[in-house]
Amino acid sequence: MALATTRTARDPSLIGSLWRSTVGKKAVMAGTGLIMLAYLVAHMLGNLKVFFGAGEFNRYGHWIRTIGEPFLHHMWFLWLARVVLTASVVLHGVSAYQLSRRDLAARPAKYRHSRRRSSYATRTMRWGGVILALFIIWHILDLTTLTVNPNHQEGHPYQNLVASFDRWYVSAFYIAAMLALGLHIRHGFWSAAQTLGANSPRRDRALKAMANLLAAVLTCGFIAVPVGVLTGVVS
Amino acid sequence: MKLTLRIWRQRNADEPGAMTPYEVTGISEDMSFLEMLDQLNERLILEGEEPVAFDHDCREGICGACGMVINGQAHGPERTTTCQLHMRHFADGDTIDVEPWRAAAFPVVKDLVVDRSAFDRVIGAGGYISVPTGSAPEAHATPVPKPVADLAFEHAECIGCGACVAACPNGSAMLFTSAKVVHLNVLPQGAPERESRVRGMVEAMDAEGFGGCTNTGECAVACPKGIPLTSIGRMNREYLRAVVKGTPSGGR
Repeated sequence: MALATTRTARDPSLIGSLWRSTVGKKAVMAGTGLIMLAYLVAHMLGNLKVFFGAGEFNRYGHWIRTIGEPFLHHMWFLWLARVVLTASVVLHGVSAYQLSRRDLAARPAKYRHSRRRSSYATRTMRWGGVILALFIIWHILDLTTLTVNPNHQEGHPYQNLVASFDRWYVSAFYIAAMLALGLHIRHGFWSAAQTLGANSPRRDRALKAMANLLAAVLTCGFIAVPVGVLTGVVS
Repeated sequence: MKLTLRIWRQRNADEPGAMTPYEVTGISEDMSFLEMLDQLNERLILEGEEPVAFDHDCREGICGACGMVINGQAHGPERTTTCQLHMRHFADGDTIDVEPWRAAAFPVVKDLVVDRSAFDRVIGAGGYISVPTGSAPEAHATPVPKPVADLAFEHAECIGCGACVAACPNGSAMLFTSAKVVHLNVLPQGAPERESRVRGMVEAMDAEGFGGCTNTGECAVACPKGIPLTSIGRMNREYLRAVVKGTPSGGR
């Protein structure tokens, strides 16, 4: 005798299921992190054009506004990127906040001996993330909206950049933030691979090496600009 | 050997506990950590005091019953269970802190005993295969390739002691759950419930109040059975695959 069993449970929605579980929310963090990482690689490479002089850099700044034309209207690509990045930052931050709250509640009591075996990068992900969020706000006010920029000349990114980094404390904050970024990527890239299930015993070492490489290249690439301004190579 | 122990004493779940110092003498290097505690308890009983409560069963390192945090490390300084940890790994005159597993999902019952039934409920949410009962199936009816069998066995080694949760700064049960999920999901016998298993177990794990994974790797270092950290990655893949397929969670 066979009895048919009907499925009564409704299929849960994809987004809802992801957002409700710790594994799914972490996958959201991993996905948005990788989007931001891809953007940072392009951003860093673009920044290096500053070493080819004001004309080249300003032309590059103008070109960004014209990407996709005539299919896209003027600046549409830029705004599209801004929307995607803002969504990524918000989702990344909200997930991190909610997961951190949960993690701290799951381990209410500390041990007498606090043994620290995880790396510095791993331990500083939360506060590193907060530093990066504050940096992003400053960075946009300084070089996008030019609200706190001493030069404040729209359409002249090279001059604005030099004017900003000429203030030693701005450069110092920028360099500190980029070091935090490097640490964040060092743990984050490998962690994202693990979270999205791309890690395996065979790939583990390669992914860690890749994370270190990305962290080092991005940090050095970004820091090169304020160092260039401070040393007078870029002026 | 002469040692100073500082042991977490807590009368019951409701009363607050405290670290209490005890001097123990005449400890042999060949004793296991539990035998050393047995010796202390015998003395406490003779003195009319309440003995230190701790979980133990097989004392062969295969049942997963014992477990305490010794000097901040789950199961102590060696990669083994507490019952298989020998006193030769300590020096004469040492002061040793002994605490229970700490996690919101593992409430302290008494002294060093914690309630690990949350693990049972995670298993109940999918850590099994549904098979027809009756005569045993023919052994060669379901071929399993050797690498798959090895992988499944590596994960079947998990004894559910909870050291991973105790070591994790987030009190997360990801290594335990991934060991169970991977063990069954890679085998043909586990295939029919592959998606509902991982969804059910992850949901149960979250519902028990375990934290999430931040990939610190503390769990895999503490695991007495050497379940690798990459198992968590494997379970994440299984989970995301199941969610994308839209299979509802299992458990009954």
